[in-house]
Amino acid sequence: MARATTQRSRIGWTIAAWFVALLIFFPILYTIITSLKTEQEAIAGFDLIPSFTLSSFEAVQSQNSYWRPFTNSVILSLGSTLLALVVAIPAAWAMAFSPTKRTKDILMWMLSTKMMPAVAVLVPIYLIFLRTGLMDTRIGLTVLLMLINLPIVVWMLYTYFREIPGEILEAARMDGASLRNEILYVLTPMAVPGIASTLLLNVILAWNEAFWTIQLTTTNAAPLSAFIASFSSPQGLFWAKLSAASVMAIAPILVLGWFSQKQLVRGLTFGAVK
Amino acid sequence: MATRQTQSLARLMRAPAILLLLAWMIVPLAMTLYYSFLDYNLLNPGSAAWTGFFNYRFFYTDPAFFAAIGNTLILVLGVLAITVIGGIAIALLIDRPIMGQGIVRILIISPFFVMPPVAALIWKNMIMHPSYGVLADMARFFGVQPVDWFAQYPLLSIIIIVAWQWLPFATLILLTALQSLDSEQMEAAEMDGASAWAKFTHLILPHMARAITVVILIQTIFLLGVYAEILVTTNGGPGNASTNLTYLIYRAARLNFDIGGAAAGGIIAVVLANIVAIFLMRAVGKNLD
Repeated sequence: MARATTQRSRIGWTIAAWFVALLIFFPILYTIITSLKTEQEAIAGFDLIPSFTLSSFEAVQSQNSYWRPFTNSVILSLGSTLLALVVAIPAAWAMAFSPTKRTKDILMWMLSTKMMPAVAVLVPIYLIFLRTGLMDTRIGLTVLLMLINLPIVVWMLYTYFREIPGEILEAARMDGASLRNEILYVLTPMAVPGIASTLLLNVILAWNEAFWTIQLTTTNAAPLSAFIASFSSPQGLFWAKLSAASVMAIAPILVLGWFSQKQLVRGLTFGAVK
Repeated sequence: MATRQTQSLARLMRAPAILLLLAWMIVPLAMTLYYSFLDYNLLNPGSAAWTGFFNYRFFYTDPAFFAAIGNTLILVLGVLAITVIGGIAIALLIDRPIMGQGIVRILIISPFFVMPPVAALIWKNMIMHPSYGVLADMARFFGVQPVDWFAQYPLLSIIIIVAWQWLPFATLILLTALQSLDSEQMEAAEMDGASAWAKFTHLILPHMARAITVVILIQTIFLLGVYAEILVTTNGGPGNASTNLTYLIYRAARLNFDIGGAAAGGIIAVVLANIVAIFLMRAVGKNLD
């Protein structure tokens, strides 16, 4: 009897959970469905079954030169993240393995730079970009995105590195490992997962950044976030094409995001919730 | 172990990150502060003159400023209320032994990975459009007049979009906190015949308090900067009905070319963000010890 009730309540909760999940996912689902419709179908009223045409995807790729913003998104998000890692790995390493009295203060201060609202420095950054010819260049935006995410990168790496036990190093030294072997065979394998998680989350953050990319690009260096925002001024009916462009802009990062749920919590709460 | 040599090496390893962030923090902020005292418009660039606090006064006496502050508050508080309450409810729901939990989690977390302009466009065109949106289709099905969301309820529409984007974040973090709850404690409470509500208020909620604080503080930082959602949907209108502080400053700088005024607004935004930041730093700082 008790078991039957549990089973029944389990089914009840399952239905409730799936209902909520599908409700939340619905806007994305409906966009995917609409992207597979023809333009006529797309505005013909509510319909969950598309004709599965890929014509909208083809149209977006050819007419709107989708590949340029796509390439820019890849270059900007990967470039800024890798650049940040180059600067942050040594810093986080030093803070985790040779902490000083001020390490905590430095970390807190780094975090505080993340609190600065972007719009507060819009004027100087815009003018600097305008006057130095960095406007609408990939290099300018890559450096800017690197600076924006650097505090998060240092913090994430620090929380990961701190979990590498120092005793392992001592044990390796006792066994006569050289410094080179120590780094190569002991520390690196233990640090790689943390670095990979950090890379993943920051690529996602940089890919989705939509304030600076809109302010500082026009056509040349515009990534997908700026490209899509330009769709806000309508030029006729283009529901299916708009959906196709949206799907192409979010699909890669959506898939990456699904793999990074755990790191997301840790990275975005600066280790405050694990 | 900590010889002088390793100490100086460590300093060398820390230096680039610290110097970069120091420059990133000081240079633009100092420039913003400087510009905020200038009468400087990009349309007549020759005439940048010192005006003291004129820009601040101008910003302060502009009715749009108070509208923007009010809208910013409503936006932040509205989204926080929806995401925290909704997040707790959904976290409790999917923490149960349900079937297909992995997929449910993936579906719920997905909106967080949708970039803001796409999220705004999806809601604007697919869901809330007065003639082709799903909500309009539903209204017609029930024989009701479809709502023109962005014209009739501009701020509410933006709150809904932003809440949709941040609900996954709140849910995920609250779920993580919930899963670290001691199951023995829960079982003990059950043995003592505690009601579900008693368990929630006396065990679950206190346990999640810290995570809720973190969610509120982190979201507030990001919510103060909501921009793309407004740009894509309402452009801050009708009038100033959906203009927040970020959008007001953007408009001053980029559409009115008023460098001085935008800089003064920027300084005001910094002050506001810092008030929140102080609380966040305390909450995170405790975890470092």
